[in-house]
Amino acid sequence: MRKLISLSVLGCTMAMPAVASDWTHKDIADALHSIMEADRTVYTKLIVNRLQNQEKVIKASEHWKDDKALVLPAQMFRYGAEHVAEKGANFSYSLLSLWPVNKQNNAKTSVEKEGLKAVLGGDPYYKTEVLGGKKYFTAIYPDKAVAKACISCHNDHKDSPKKDFKMGDVMGGVVLRLPIK
Amino acid sequence: MARFVIRYRAWLVWLIASSALVAYFAYAIQTPEAARPFMPGKTTHAHHQIELQCMACHAEPFKGRAGIQEACLSCHAKELKAMDDSHPISKFTDPRNADTLAKLDARQCVSCHSEHKAEITRPMGVTLPDDFCVRCHADVDKERPSHKGMDFVSCATGGCHNFHDNRALYEDFLIKHGHGETVKTDAGLPERGLKEFMVYMEYLDGEPITAAQMDGRVELKPTPAVIQNWEHTAHAKAGVNCSACHQVKDKKTDQLVWLKKPDHQVCASCHQPEVDGFLAGMHGMRLKNGLSPMQPGMAEQPMKPSAAHKSLSCTSCHSAHSFDTRRAAVESCLSCHDDGHTRAYKSSKHFGLWHEEVKGRGAKGSGVSCATCHLPRVEFLTPEDEQRILVQHNQNDNLRPNEKMVRTVCLNCHGLQFSLDALADKKLVADNFRGVPKKQIESIRMALEAEQRGDARKADAVSDEE
Repeated sequence: MRKLISLSVLGCTMAMPAVASDWTHKDIADALHSIMEADRTVYTKLIVNRLQNQEKVIKASEHWKDDKALVLPAQMFRYGAEHVAEKGANFSYSLLSLWPVNKQNNAKTSVEKEGLKAVLGGDPYYKTEVLGGKKYFTAIYPDKAVAKACISCHNDHKDSPKKDFKMGDVMGGVVLRLPIK
Repeated sequence: MARFVIRYRAWLVWLIASSALVAYFAYAIQTPEAARPFMPGKTTHAHHQIELQCMACHAEPFKGRAGIQEACLSCHAKELKAMDDSHPISKFTDPRNADTLAKLDARQCVSCHSEHKAEITRPMGVTLPDDFCVRCHADVDKERPSHKGMDFVSCATGGCHNFHDNRALYEDFLIKHGHGETVKTDAGLPERGLKEFMVYMEYLDGEPITAAQMDGRVELKPTPAVIQNWEHTAHAKAGVNCSACHQVKDKKTDQLVWLKKPDHQVCASCHQPEVDGFLAGMHGMRLKNGLSPMQPGMAEQPMKPSAAHKSLSCTSCHSAHSFDTRRAAVESCLSCHDDGHTRAYKSSKHFGLWHEEVKGRGAKGSGVSCATCHLPRVEFLTPEDEQRILVQHNQNDNLRPNEKMVRTVCLNCHGLQFSLDALADKKLVADNFRGVPKKQIESIRMALEAEQRGDARKADAVSDEE
């Protein structure tokens, strides 16, 4: 909830030129990502890794509703992104990877392909791109394995193309797009 | 003035005629029976009941596609959310899917479900060619080698994929339930529990009342038959007196007045989700859209001529005062419906079980009525965020396509493979499941093989580490 409020506030900030004039697209993207990364890390460590791996109280499952389980961190992130999209926000984001379990999360545009390779080095990647006739400022941030739950789930999943992730590895990237007028 | 009229008479005639035409058109599109001449083409089975209520789908004039989309969602958004729509609109608004949108604009319902085009309309009101999945999933065989060589017209055939609802079709579900038996040993239906819920929420005290405690005797003058019927209902047993249904607040005076014949809105005061389901389905959608009640004579399905002019409401199936749910579960349906599936019911195994339960020889929940499958008992999250078992009164909710019935109905008694096979066998469905399915749906076998391949990959990875 806090994440949504924070994102909404930032979304509003972007819609107000007087305030946004000092902010570059990179600044806004970095700010949005800092919230996303913080919430994602907190959920993964304090909820999923603690309750599933450490205390073994409840499992996390892709089919959380059927299995009465916790939502996977990647799903938590996606549901947030979908919620933001449904609200009609002026930006979009997704979690992609060169080795996605769900193939829909594979790199698709040339910027995504180039960027996901670039962030393996650990630094963000920024570029403008044109999609569907519209211009976007696209920022890609490395998404690292912050808990054992990340690597064990991916390494054990039957649809995972890579099964040797280690702690701290860059497993994919957060792709954030801001429209350029 | 007279000279002015004579001089411009042609223009005046034109102006009056045009205004009259515009007025007539505006009146017609907002008046159900007058709209018939403007119908551009036959509507689908889903909407034919409300086709003359143009504004139900076309919303406000000049709102264009956005208005139509809003109208679609005003009726269908809840069910799409409930089914965990596999292709939600939010998936397509992401700019990274701009190329996908160019192939198929899935943000708009009408991209795939166009109305008034009977000549190109296929089941589920789909107006795209059968192989529309290819537009975005042409390279599916790279991800799923088992799909190599499969024709794209076969994606949505029974037991494989559904564009929106894959709750009984997703791979892990097929794997989890893939080894089930034909008939389960613990077959049976979940119990309803509305009274317990109402008492738990403190909406009712739940204390039974008798005829001596009836509070509407003077105002309503109930006949002895009415009193006797009511005394045997769940209403009397839960303490629901005459006034609970027959006494309502007058909107103008704000005073309580006695009502001889309460309508569905009164029922909704305790049975809101049930009434919502009724209004969303074929039985109540005319009422929901401000039209006269549905009558079997208006239906496209075969109905008994004797029932042609019966108006549908809560009490047309449940009978006022007796509210016999068993009658509502079979006899009410059979009093109107007259298709092959319905006619075959009484010689089916399902009816045999129902008959035994009604006679008291079968266990509670072991019988299979029309309602067991078509108005199923489902888990429902109430507006108060409480879980309860609800009878879904939208009889179409699990019929588009029929494998939507698997989770909420078939799996109560049957294994997944048998259920998918049976529902995909059109003749078996028409005969009301007398016999066994002729063909086996391949999806479970493919899912189990995929799982084995995954396990093999995992074993390889472990041995590599060692």
